[in-house]
Amino acid sequence: MKRLAHGGRIDRSRPIGFRWDDRGLTGFAGDTLASALLAAGEAIIGRSVILGRPRGIMAAGLEEAHGFAQIGDGAESEPLVRMSAVELVAGLAASSRITKGRLPNEPDPARFDHRYAHCDLLVVGGGPAGVAAALVGARSSARVILAELEPELGGSVLRERDSNTVPAWLADAARELTGAPDVRVLTATTATVALDQNGMVLTERLGSRRPAGERGLIPEKRLWHVRAKAIVLATGALERPIVFQDNDRPGIMLATAARAYLHRFALAPERGLVFTTNDDGYRTALDWNAAGVPVAGVIDPRPNPTGRLPQLARDAGIQVITAAVVAGTTAETDGRLRAAVVRTDAGAEEVSCDLLAVSGGFDPSLNLHQQRGGKTRWDEHLLCAVPERALPGQWIAGAAAGRFTLGGCRADGAAAARSALASLGLVPAGAAEGEEDDPDDAAAALFAVPAPDGDESRSFVDPHRDATVAGVERAIGSGIRHVEHVKRYTLIGTGVEQGRGAKVNAGAVTARGVGRPLTDIGTSSARPPVEPIVFHALSGLAKGPLFEPVRTTAIHPAHEAAGAVFEAVGQWLRPRYYPLPGESMADATLRECRAVRQGVGMMDVSTLGKIDVQGPDAARFLDRLYINTMATLEPGKGRYGVMCRQDGTVFDDGVVMRLTTDRFFVTTTTGNAAAVLDWMEEWLQTEWDDLRVWVTSVTEQWSTVAIAGRGSRDVIQRLAPGLDVTNSGFPFLGVRNATPAGLPPAMIARVSFSGELAYEISVPRPHGISLWEAVADAGSGQGVVPYGMEALHVLRAEKGYFIVGQETDGSTTPTDLGLGRMASKTKDFIGKRSLGRTAMVRPDRLQLVGFRPVDPDALAVEGAAVVADPNQPEPMTVLGHVTASHRSVALGATFGLAMVAGGLGRRGATVHARADGRTVPITLCDPVHYDPDGARRDG
Amino acid sequence: MLLIPCPWCGAREEVEFRYGGEARHQPAPNADDHALADYLFYRSNPAGRHVERWVHVHGCRRWFTLVRDTMTHEIQESYFRPPDAS
Repeated sequence: MKRLAHGGRIDRSRPIGFRWDDRGLTGFAGDTLASALLAAGEAIIGRSVILGRPRGIMAAGLEEAHGFAQIGDGAESEPLVRMSAVELVAGLAASSRITKGRLPNEPDPARFDHRYAHCDLLVVGGGPAGVAAALVGARSSARVILAELEPELGGSVLRERDSNTVPAWLADAARELTGAPDVRVLTATTATVALDQNGMVLTERLGSRRPAGERGLIPEKRLWHVRAKAIVLATGALERPIVFQDNDRPGIMLATAARAYLHRFALAPERGLVFTTNDDGYRTALDWNAAGVPVAGVIDPRPNPTGRLPQLARDAGIQVITAAVVAGTTAETDGRLRAAVVRTDAGAEEVSCDLLAVSGGFDPSLNLHQQRGGKTRWDEHLLCAVPERALPGQWIAGAAAGRFTLGGCRADGAAAARSALASLGLVPAGAAEGEEDDPDDAAAALFAVPAPDGDESRSFVDPHRDATVAGVERAIGSGIRHVEHVKRYTLIGTGVEQGRGAKVNAGAVTARGVGRPLTDIGTSSARPPVEPIVFHALSGLAKGPLFEPVRTTAIHPAHEAAGAVFEAVGQWLRPRYYPLPGESMADATLRECRAVRQGVGMMDVSTLGKIDVQGPDAARFLDRLYINTMATLEPGKGRYGVMCRQDGTVFDDGVVMRLTTDRFFVTTTTGNAAAVLDWMEEWLQTEWDDLRVWVTSVTEQWSTVAIAGRGSRDVIQRLAPGLDVTNSGFPFLGVRNATPAGLPPAMIARVSFSGELAYEISVPRPHGISLWEAVADAGSGQGVVPYGMEALHVLRAEKGYFIVGQETDGSTTPTDLGLGRMASKTKDFIGKRSLGRTAMVRPDRLQLVGFRPVDPDALAVEGAAVVADPNQPEPMTVLGHVTASHRSVALGATFGLAMVAGGLGRRGATVHARADGRTVPITLCDPVHYDPDGARRDG
Repeated sequence: MLLIPCPWCGAREEVEFRYGGEARHQPAPNADDHALADYLFYRSNPAGRHVERWVHVHGCRRWFTLVRDTMTHEIQESYFRPPDAS
């Protein structure tokens, strides 16, 4: 196409350079990438996905099937962006990728933002109907959001002849809406996902509309999450192409697109031809003619069109060929359109043209309606699918509802808004916006012109997918009858543009093929999103450190100062090990284990979940939650407990300490703290609301340090000189209060996860660092060593203590862990009934066992499969899996834990731990590897 | 994405809630294995009216019952105490 000397909504005084592939081109301010390429003579913008046929721009809006490009270089690059939605800005770099994008590997440095908004009335679409609807809302003092796809309000008006000077009513309306206090006008914004209860996700394009140098300060895109009391869908209609042989050539364009390029961008062909089934297509011929563009004629399949527009065309001296179709096209050597083959009863002739404007009628744009499950029906008179009825809380207005006149759209939009506002109890203001004008004459029901030579493999139904009439016929030949199946067989409508222009034609070709009316066949539905959303826009600011909160204990700075290496446990960061200079993780872990087994170690256990359970019925409540009895616990004593889900599987474990008769301090695993609190709340609220119990999370209210090893008694004595720390004065699982020097009152519990004599001392959280330093100071004479998660895992595995989620999965029962005797026979608890099911007592269930590699230096892989015969061909019979595997200082050998089918009965047997093709022979044994008598617990 | 009417807080976005599954009665303590399995492992999965439990986990933390049409996602009722006859 060529640029006219005058006209268009472009600024010829502001040329803008941009890159297309490896070439530098120039357009004007006001251009889109699509119009700038057409102006630069780039008729061919890429090749089709399967057949490699040359393709060009064929639309100016959402109907586009080919005009997609890769925008930007490097990390900020975005694939498959519709070229007619890219405003030309300085520094724009685009490359030809019309059907397949390329994702950058680097993180995108651009900023993406989210906003949440509520309104009385959301109007989707800023064309005649939408503007009229928004005006009614504005004048009724309603809170209104108006979302328009294009950078400017006006919709179809902007592509029509008088749009060089925007009509007064539109300019006035735009001014009034922009100035109204409770109206938010969002332009360059796509309403892309419709949610239940009148939710809508909008994508507002911000950064990409600014020159490269000015970006970074503002977000690239903003995702709006809108909840509206009422929604007016004024999404307009999309023009439908006509299927004929070689209908995909560069130079074949929708008729409205040809007008949009003429009026908005001052672009015209050398010689244009129009092929239309309806009166509207004549506008293109008339507008070209008025702009001095040579018009080869109008091809109309109707025998005698007598409407106002055909008459105007004849009066203007434009050749109108009736009862005629374009049956095919011919091309220049590079693939661009050379001529159309026009067929009448008299025969076929070639009409030369460099642009063929096609109009097969208009399809209401109902994607957002269909996303919510809204139905459509085929209207035999309008020859398009119209909404059956709007969804509750929604109104569909203007062309989206099948009204195709300007006055009708404005009146309809205003009426829809009035009805919507009245339903909200608001008093709608304003009088009728526009007046109904005469509709066009009936269009011809023509969707696909049969190929003259019968070769339908070049008659494109969905050119984006290279899907043809031949493909649809092949689908029908395979026995397919439903349009949704045709879609999946042919891939029609599965492209980035969802085959918007292809749906009706696919339905029509299917109807023709199966010999049934289109009303029966219908068209395939639509899914979100209307236009693709980049993942970065979805994540918004929630990436990197803002993706998920990082929780640290009050003692964290001390771990950092000690050079700890951290690991994530849920959201918590916990020290994994504390390497000395030159130490590896294995070295450090062995040293830390040795300290606990032979001297004394200290560990920050503040992350353990802590729940304060209070109330007269607290003991009864805990008795129902835990498999073992808690009611018999005396104040000042603690007890280890396990809780199950209703299906009898292990949910969590921890120590329950009774502080007073009606107050318990419950600890949970670090990862399950929130889930256990929720679990307690659920039962209290929904089943046991007769129990007088209150539960509160106090995990973050306490800083807790564990002191483990036979030297720990001395450390505690130094911290609390007045405390009786003898075995009888402070027995295992005892709870005491003391006030160490320089610290607030502390709670000390004698609990152990290493099998050694051990204590946990807790103070209010802010005093964590002081506590840590006080323990280090009190233990300095003993050479106290801080130990991390790695050492903890080795120490607990040596004792055969299971970890929820490490040994257990959603199918492990207490009995599988050797804790069957803990389950109370005398009281009911959650999961008790399920533990009696046949499947829960089968002898071949996975059971917790220990193992020692036959070679005491060999290390099995955690997660390795346990097999009986290592030489069995794959797939091998798997008996279970390794859950823990470590090197032990205390044992002087490698060892581990495993869950093995009927494992307790296999103790003593040698089996094999197999992973990654490597096999380690292991001998199964009791899970308690170290100090089986528990003598070390008392120091 | 639903807009859920919490009986205590009013309409809030679905992300503030956690789904609690179909609202059902606990099995009797002496339920046989079939009744127990039915409770633990089977759901009615209707196309239409569904009585379900939700908790406003990032709000008031209260459990409540919601009646929702699984075909249209229309929310018909939201109340605090499940009626015994549901």
